[in-house]
Formats: sequence, C-alpha cells, structure tokens
Amino acid sequence: MKEVTISELERRFQEKIDNDIKIEPKDWMPEEYRQTLIRQISQHAHSEIVGMLPEGNWITRAPNLRRKAVLLAKVQDEAGHGLYLYSAVETLGADREATIDDLHTGKAKYSSIFNYPTTSWADMGTIGWLVDGAAIMNQVPICRCSYGPYARAMVRVCKEESFHQRQGFEIISLLAQGTPEQKAMAQDSLNRFWWPSLMMFGPNDAESKHTAQSMKWKIKRSTNDELRQLFIDVTVPQAEMIGLTIPDKDLKFNEETGHYESGPINWDEFWEVVKGNGPCNKERVDARKKAKDEGAWVREAAMAYAEKRKERSAIRA
Amino acid sequence: MEKNTDLFEYVLRMGDDSLILGHRISEWCGHGPILEEDIALTNMSLDLIGQATNLLEYAGELEGKGRDGDALAFLRYDREYKNLLLVEQTNGDFGKTIMRQFFFDAYRKLLFERLIKSTDIQLSAIADKSLKETKYHLKHTSEWVIRLGDGTEESHNRIQESLDALWKYTAELFFANEVDSKLLAAGIIPSMEGLQEDWNEIVSSVLEEATLTIPTNNWKQEGGRIGRHTEHLGLLLAEMQYMQRAYPNMKW
Ligand SMILES: [Fe+2]
Ligand SMILES: [Fe+2]
Ligand SMILES: [Fe+2]
Repeated sequence: MKEVTISELERRFQEKIDNDIKIEPKDWMPEEYRQTLIRQISQHAHSEIVGMLPEGNWITRAPNLRRKAVLLAKVQDEAGHGLYLYSAVETLGADREATIDDLHTGKAKYSSIFNYPTTSWADMGTIGWLVDGAAIMNQVPICRCSYGPYARAMVRVCKEESFHQRQGFEIISLLAQGTPEQKAMAQDSLNRFWWPSLMMFGPNDAESKHTAQSMKWKIKRSTNDELRQLFIDVTVPQAEMIGLTIPDKDLKFNEETGHYESGPINWDEFWEVVKGNGPCNKERVDARKKAKDEGAWVREAAMAYAEKRKERSAIRA
Repeated sequence: MEKNTDLFEYVLRMGDDSLILGHRISEWCGHGPILEEDIALTNMSLDLIGQATNLLEYAGELEGKGRDGDALAFLRYDREYKNLLLVEQTNGDFGKTIMRQFFFDAYRKLLFERLIKSTDIQLSAIADKSLKETKYHLKHTSEWVIRLGDGTEESHNRIQESLDALWKYTAELFFANEVDSKLLAAGIIPSMEGLQEDWNEIVSSVLEEATLTIPTNNWKQEGGRIGRHTEHLGLLLAEMQYMQRAYPNMKW
C-alpha cells in the first residue's frame, strides 16, 4: 500500500467535512480534532449529569403527584443524555471512568449554570424554560456536527430537550398567572436565572478561543453571540406574554435590525464561576464524588459476582 | 356505605405504600452508585408514584368527600397514613434500599396477582397494570440481592446487615384486620391464603442463592397499617408536604 502523507490525510479529511460527509469513529482524523471533540462531548456529558442535581433538589418537595412524576422523568432523561454522550466520548477512544475522574478533580468543566442554587419551586419552571431552552439552541446546530456519533446523539437529545423546555414554560406560566405569592416566586426565579442563562452560550465571539477552528471543522456551526442573540429574541416575547419582567433595564428592541439589544453581561461573574467560585461549584462536584465513592462497593460487588459466574460456568462446561 | 369505607381503607393502604416508597426511592435520583442504576431506581420510583396516583385517586372517589389523590397524598396528618413501616425506613446504602424494595416487591407481586381477581373492576384493573411493573422490579431487586450477597466480602456483610435490620418489619406485610375480613366476606377481595407462604418461598430461595442468612430473631415491629409510625415518616412528610403546607390552596 502506498504511504499517504499526513497532509494528504488532512486534506481528504477537510474535503469530507466541506462536503458534509460525516466523520465516523474508524475514520482517520487529526489528533486535535479528536481532542477537541473529547473535550467538548465529555463537557456536555458532565453538564447533563451535574445538571441532574439542581433539579433533583426539588423532587422530594414537588407540589403534587403529577409534577413529581414529570420532574423525575425529566431528571431521568438528563441521566440518559449523559449516558449517550459518554458513549459518544468512548467512540473517540476516551475512557468513561477517566473522563468522570477529570470532572471530579476539576480538570474537566461543565455548564456553569448548574453552579447556581435552586431555591424555589419556580426554578423548576425557569430551568426548563431557559436552561433547557438555551441548551436546545446550542444543540440543534450540533445535530449537523461533522462527527457522526455526536450528531446522532444530539438528534435524540434535542427532541427530549424541547419537551423539557415546554414543560418548564408550562410551570412558570402557571405561576406567573397564579396568586401574588406565585407571581413573586416566578419573577424572583427569572431574576436569578436570566443572566446566567445568557452566559450559557459562552464568552463573546471575540474572546472565544476555540470558535474559528471548531467552525472550520463543523464541530460548531454557529457562534456564541449568534446563538445568544437567537435565544434573547425568542425568550423576551415569551416573558412578556406571561407578564414577567426581564431583569435588564437596558433591554430594548431595535426596529431596524429586528433584534433585541441587551445590556452588558457581567463576564467577571462568568469567569469566577468557571474558575470554581460560583455559589454551588463545590456542592455539585462533591455530590458527584460522593455518589461515586459510596457506590464503589456496589460496583466492586457487581464485578466480583460477574467474575464468579464466569468461573462457575467455565467449571460446568 | 360500609363497602366504600372498608374499600377506601384498603385502597388507601396500598396507595400509601406506593407513595411513601416511591418518595423514598426518588431520593436516589442523581445520586445512584452507577448511572445505569440511577436510571433504574428512578424508573421504579416513577412506577410507584404512578401507582400511588391511581390508587389515591380511586381512594378519594371511594371516600366521596371531595378529596382527590393530591389531597390525600399531601394533606393528611401522619397518623392518617396507613403505609407499612417497612417502606418508610430510610434508604441507607444501596444494599438497604434494594433489600427493602425486594421484600416489598415479592409481597406486592403476590398481592396484585390475587387482586386481579377482585370483583371490584377498578381495583382489578389497577392490580393488572401494576403487576407488570412489579414483576420487573422483583426481577431487578432479586438480581441485585444475589449480586451483593454473593459479591465481595464487604457487599455480603453490608447487605446481611440490612437484611437483619429490616427483617422485623416484614411481618407487617401480612397484616389483616376486620377491614380485610369484611371485604373478603363481601366477595370484593379474593382470599389471600398462601400469600405468606409464597412470600417466604420467594424470599428464602433468593436469599439462599445470595448466600445470606435469615435472622432467627422473629421480633415483629408493626403499626403502620393502623397509623402508628416510626420517627422517619414525620420527616419524610415535612419534606413532601412542604409546598402544599406553605402555600395552601394553589395550583401548580
Ligand atoms: Fe439534557
Ligand atoms: Fe444538554
Ligand atoms: Fe433537558
């Protein structure tokens, strides 16, 4: 077989991408592409799993049986998303357990939004509406991502996320149209989650170090600022519709561009939370570590038992 | 109407069992020992909450005082809950949760198998639907009891300890009083004959395969069926009822 140079492989690889042909696990890919995907997909997987915690916080306090079941099912969906995504990471040759250890040591990141506390039932509405809503905007373009397993996982995930978004909006609408106490609870929740939701799209394009290469590789298909703008344009009228006020005194509609213009985002806060100084960073990672540590004996037992069964059937055979 | 009062009480017991155990299992969500098992536990919790909804809605109809499933679930005092003491026990480690669930599943499977033959159409339909889920739960928990019992020395010791701690609550599974005898006499529920023996058989065969030992101490701890609970229920209710108590008469 003829030796193919790296630059030739890279050229063919980019050609596939330019022609929208999906890259599959066995295909040749540049190491940097692989590493970028491992980082991004595992970060996404960790976000799904850590994201179970703030909502899990209200399962035992859900106000009625229907809400309790819906919330349980929602948090369970997030666990399922985590599973598909960890599987997608494994197709790139990364080890699931090692990836999870990176989360626990703080080496790997997850969406900063989950470092904010859920202090009222209304947060179950706001999170579905805004956080799942923002997740959808981030993830719909990933359904066309160049890496096949990631793109396919996203198709399935996005369907469920839009279901979550509608359920969240239903919760918050009911509160916004409810008693004065419920209305206040809903507004307070929006006040707390609005800005962190805008930060979910990541730093401004000018500050974002990964965007250009990721766009070229079609791992990313829209920029942070484009997606953030789309989110604002969709969400502001929804808030108005249910009578809630967006906590941004500078927010205005620009008739010429047809877009809402929002006030400045507090990027210092964003970077502090990314660094680990958010209100719940430690609680979230500790909860995941605790689940892993306290489950160690269970996993060991399952392995030991599987081993014994193998030995026994070998003896019988 | 006598029939409705007795049937109300009977359905309420089952509804409360599902509700309280479903609540307990839901405490695991997001904290399971393995992601796959987190999902499986949540499934069980969802099934139990679904059963609780059907049963408590029906109980509310039978009572005829305008209380629906939510009113019964969230707005009673502790003495009015008729669940087994077993189901309100705290989760403990994963092994204790599994052992508690295993005892309950074995009982529930046998109970639903019999209640399908109830002459009360609604009760029979709920039993039929719930039986499918319960069989699946029993299979899952039996497998885990065996895995943990026959796994490592640590897992064996841990789950044996849970078995020892929970054993005294299992006698209550077979509680019956005049409510049961009147419903039986009226032909509404079928005979529960052999239920305890069948339960013993399922449990001892799984525990044997798991290399676990049934405690010889047969002290019985009962009370849940007549509303006399352990300290754990009050705390569980304080959490579960929080929203309904703090914000009365609102829609969510
Ligand atoms: Fe998700
Ligand atoms: Fe997501
Ligand atoms: Fe979601």
